[in-house]
Amino acid sequence: MSERILDHPVLGSLENTEEVSFTFNGQSFKGRKHESIAAALLANGVRTLRYHEENGTPRGIYCNIGHCFECRVKVNGKQGVRACLTPLEDGTVVESGNKLPTPVRDWSAEHA
Amino acid sequence: MHDVIIIGAGPAGLSAGITCANKGLKVLIIDEYMKPGGRLLGQLYEEPNGNWWNGIKESANLYHQALAADVKFMLETPVHNLEKIESEWTVYTEQEILKTEHLLLATGAAESPIPVPGWTLPGVMSVGAAQVMTNVHRVKPGKKGIIIGVNVLSSAIAMELQLADVEVAALTLPKLNQLTSLAAQPKAVMDSLLHVSHMAPSAFIRFGSKLMKNDFMKNLGVTFYPKNGVKMWDIPIHLRKAVIEIYGEDQVEGVTLATIDTNGKVIQGTEEQITCDFVCIAGGLYPLAELAAVAGCPFYQVDELGGYVPLHNEQMETTLDGLYVAGNITGIEGAKVAMAQGVTAGLSIAVNSGMSGLDNELQTSIQSIKQARANAHIQFHPEVEEGKRIVQEHWEEFEASVANISV
Repeated sequence: MSERILDHPVLGSLENTEEVSFTFNGQSFKGRKHESIAAALLANGVRTLRYHEENGTPRGIYCNIGHCFECRVKVNGKQGVRACLTPLEDGTVVESGNKLPTPVRDWSAEHA
Repeated sequence: MHDVIIIGAGPAGLSAGITCANKGLKVLIIDEYMKPGGRLLGQLYEEPNGNWWNGIKESANLYHQALAADVKFMLETPVHNLEKIESEWTVYTEQEILKTEHLLLATGAAESPIPVPGWTLPGVMSVGAAQVMTNVHRVKPGKKGIIIGVNVLSSAIAMELQLADVEVAALTLPKLNQLTSLAAQPKAVMDSLLHVSHMAPSAFIRFGSKLMKNDFMKNLGVTFYPKNGVKMWDIPIHLRKAVIEIYGEDQVEGVTLATIDTNGKVIQGTEEQITCDFVCIAGGLYPLAELAAVAGCPFYQVDELGGYVPLHNEQMETTLDGLYVAGNITGIEGAKVAMAQGVTAGLSIAVNSGMSGLDNELQTSIQSIKQARANAHIQFHPEVEEGKRIVQEHWEEFEASVANISV
């Protein structure tokens, strides 16, 4: 699984940054202050960031730079935040989106 | 009020910002990413003189120059709309609405995805995503990965993953479909690969790689389609195999590879499985030009530049008053070209702001772009010069048509 690259032959050793605590779906994790939420989760072995609204299939990061919107999560109560663009702070509360009780397809068919 | 607003804090935007600020203009640079540097941040390769191009250091250097010149920054700030109201550009960000007379779009490029069955599984990511995780965030994208798509960018990133001690089990082609076309045909990929052979760095020989670039070239030349692929920097490159499926229950567990014929068609019964915990998709880059489209720029599709580019001239002006472009939005090239284009755009803005005596400097900067292009270490599109000529031709047509109207 994924791990931090502490020493790199060209980039050198990883600078020591402050360690912070955060939660993802109620579970406590440690990350580095101001790293992206996506990186912090991956370093903790978390690949699945949300479940598709309609079919419930798991989703993770895809582009990692904000273009694809696959990594959107709820951060401190705000929905639709891209985990790859959002820096981690101490006490950040991250939650996954889940399959919606009424699938979008059914809903849109009724409201067409 | 800012004299200049620049959207994009990558090499083009930062260089333009520094140039404008040094000419006395008040500059604001906006970027949705949390760090300045854009995709320069992830770049890491060894230059022919043996020095390493370290994108993090280069980005920090540009950022500090910009701060020293009093450039202001709004990071973590997405821009979602632009509008020209009278003589001013209105920039709609998620934080506030801003106005400026001179607006530079330095929005860079985006990666084309290649849809492959199973590609929504966690663990599948664009090759650039793996690069950013590895070199910027310093988190391994996984233990062992497969890269789908063999091109300049994926070869360079495969090497960077190896540097970080991440195993790249293979580079392979995607299955041929209507969307993959050339990227799935061994012959076309082979041709494009010839442009990266020089990148085999001496450091890999120092780190114990058995393969030198000459051997790689020899392999390509002697056996054009070897059954087990060729190896580049010890990574097998399968040009006769394609990933037909990425499998896994909750995340990537492996890929199914099949042999393909020289036209890219799958040969039934040749399927095999390779286990891995991540998969990178490398579909190439295209100019990220949405904001130019929103602004109303005319576009031309120029394959040599990677896709649709907004019409612009050598001074980096668009056809719209006060709107400029620089960097990969004008065609896919490396960071050094983007930086040179940023300087030119900055000088153009200074000239159009009423500063005189900059003609020579502007002309020299245009020459510097050409020089940076000629000396580029990585050429994403070998016909880029031709692409630039096509854009220039369209520009001349545009100018002629404007002249006709005003007569």
